[in-house]
Amino acid sequence: MDQNKHSEHHHVTGYGVYILVWLGLIALTSITVTVAGIDFGMVALAVAMTIAAIKSALVINIFMHIKFDQPIFKVFLLVSGFTLIVIFVLTFFDFTYR
Amino acid sequence: MTQNEHTVSSEHSHAHVHRDDIGAKMGMWLFLFTELLLFGGMFLMYAVYRFQYQMDFKIAAMELSVSMGTLNTIILLTSSLTVALAITAIQKGNKFLAVLNLNITIIFALMFMVNKYYEWSAKFEHGLYPGSDEMLSLPNGQIMFYGLYYIMTGLHGLHVIIGVIILAIMLVLVIKDKITSDNYVKLENGGLYWHLVDLIWIFLFPLFYLIH
Repeated sequence: MDQNKHSEHHHVTGYGVYILVWLGLIALTSITVTVAGIDFGMVALAVAMTIAAIKSALVINIFMHIKFDQPIFKVFLLVSGFTLIVIFVLTFFDFTYR
Repeated sequence: MTQNEHTVSSEHSHAHVHRDDIGAKMGMWLFLFTELLLFGGMFLMYAVYRFQYQMDFKIAAMELSVSMGTLNTIILLTSSLTVALAITAIQKGNKFLAVLNLNITIIFALMFMVNKYYEWSAKFEHGLYPGSDEMLSLPNGQIMFYGLYYIMTGLHGLHVIIGVIILAIMLVLVIKDKITSDNYVKLENGGLYWHLVDLIWIFLFPLFYLIH
């Protein structure tokens, strides 16, 4: 109980932080659209996915408040993300070596 | 959570109300993970077929309008911002700003669906819909691309519609003072759902619209 006293102040994210994150998301969107116009072949996919990953990290951490919530939510997220990655990797093993 | 129990018990009118906001949020996150795996399976199918039919995916993707996709991306990102702002507003006790931001979010969500309607109907006019003669005459890879396009953006669109309903309910609850500066976990959970809709689109957009 006493330990929880510290987290009693529920973290309130300021309007400014959200607007900054939104500006970042819009900037990343314009980068991804611009880069897609250039023919990089398979690198283009990697670039697009990296930008999408950065965008989702911003949304999850700030908009979805994971950064400020209890660590248990991060554990949840890691477990489900890891599960998804395992499914992808195993499927591609099958697909590549069949 | 203790925070809310403290706040609540300090108010005499609600002295015996017990709430578990952390539990409520955990439940919401668990639900979001089932959503993640639902879409995850589809992304997996997309990945495998994209590697199998690289050229066909490229050609089929040319048919999609990049500007329309970009516009919808900006709309969804902005609606994610406004729902986040609504939560901060209610936390700070600014009901007016919360109501305003929720209204804007709903309007953006509807704009997204209107764009989607125009986008899909343009494809339908060209005879590009699942099972059409036009579509079945295409190579396998392109049929696969359009099939995935319709099922994935369609399921996402369904989530947008459900999101609008959830946000509308939240709006009513805010107006009726059922969601207040010391009891806002419902709005937070509604917001989480809306951010998930945004998250999925963040991946759908480059995977379908930006293949060149």
